[in-house]
Amino acid sequence: MNYSIKNQAYTFIFIAAMLWFGLYQTLEPLSHFLVSALPLEPGGHAYDALQFFLYDTPKVLLLLTGVVMVMGMVNSYFTAERTRALLAGRHEGVGNIMAALLGIVTPFCSCSAVPLFIGFVQAGVPLGVTFSFLISAPMVNEIALTLLFALFGWKIAALYLVLGLTIAIVSGYIIGRLKMEAHLEDWVRNMAHVQATVGADELTLPDRIQAGFASVREIVGKVWPYVLAGIAIGAGIHGYVPVNYMAGLMGKEAWWSVPVSVLIGVPLYSNAAGIIPIVEALLAKGASLGTVLAFMMSVIALSLPEMVILRKVLKPRLIATFIGIVSVGIMLVGYVFNAVV
Amino acid sequence: MKNIKVLGTGCANCKTTMKLIQSVADEKGIGINLEKIEEIQDIMSYGVISTPGVVVDGKVVHAGGVPGRDKIAGWL
Repeated sequence: MNYSIKNQAYTFIFIAAMLWFGLYQTLEPLSHFLVSALPLEPGGHAYDALQFFLYDTPKVLLLLTGVVMVMGMVNSYFTAERTRALLAGRHEGVGNIMAALLGIVTPFCSCSAVPLFIGFVQAGVPLGVTFSFLISAPMVNEIALTLLFALFGWKIAALYLVLGLTIAIVSGYIIGRLKMEAHLEDWVRNMAHVQATVGADELTLPDRIQAGFASVREIVGKVWPYVLAGIAIGAGIHGYVPVNYMAGLMGKEAWWSVPVSVLIGVPLYSNAAGIIPIVEALLAKGASLGTVLAFMMSVIALSLPEMVILRKVLKPRLIATFIGIVSVGIMLVGYVFNAVV
Repeated sequence: MKNIKVLGTGCANCKTTMKLIQSVADEKGIGINLEKIEEIQDIMSYGVISTPGVVVDGKVVHAGGVPGRDKIAGWL
């Protein structure tokens, strides 16, 4: 009985994956077919722009759905409680690397940053390791990576992944070295130590598939308008010659563009999907990639609402150190990108 | 009457969870005492580290994310 349900689940995953790949393969010919059916001159601006839009929209949405589905299932293995148990008592160094990596796969919402923070510290996760997790979790996430991959290619997505993890690991390590435990609010330090335990995981494979569907409904249902807006902006300039009026302001030559972008980005708050249309528009207007990515990272990783909540557990000096170190890290990333790409 | 508490710092998911529990209870015609816990110290006292969390009659039954309707029906 149990065995056959499990088999059904595997069969379902297999068929869904085949369907997904089949659909993905037909997108490009289909978009050509659709556009050629319209009374437009092949090779013209409108033709190119429309073909780009008709190809990119389903492509990005399909990729996003696939990735969110898989990550929804993966997330069901990595609950916050389990991640905490994995990190409790780890030493700095290895602990920071593990925390940053776990930040990718552990489901995280900025609204649970504080309970999570306290829960980690209380269970004996070192402060610096906790910060590595707290920096990586919102910044390096599957939505940002998928959208970067779909719109700008795998190299940019991979660079974002590696540099985002590096910022999380190094910043957390430095905060740990600074020994700032005294700058936690007193009531946090006075809390009783708890043992990090994990409840028995009785989820079955069908449950995890359910969890995958739930996150598709929740995430794709929420972000698709932003994705659409981003692609429309991209398509709008695709057939046309880009105007370079941002080049002077946010181009490679302007050295101050990276710090200014981070300065603007920190108080702003948006999720990865919401920022993509802006990224697309800035790049189209000649802003350089490093500057735009630094802007994107600072918007996602550091936000005013999160700092206001974190203030309840951290004293001002620790918050300032946290913002300072992460901002500097993001700026370095911006300069590295501008120099390499 | 069941005492149900939703633990959360006031994010969208916590509000959704509140509404969902109320609607499932109304649907089944079960009277519940629904309460929202927003103070961080109180949330921590339940040992929940990922919000929203749900407490039914003093026992934590759920943490992290919006619970499904079936799951809620199970608690009631």
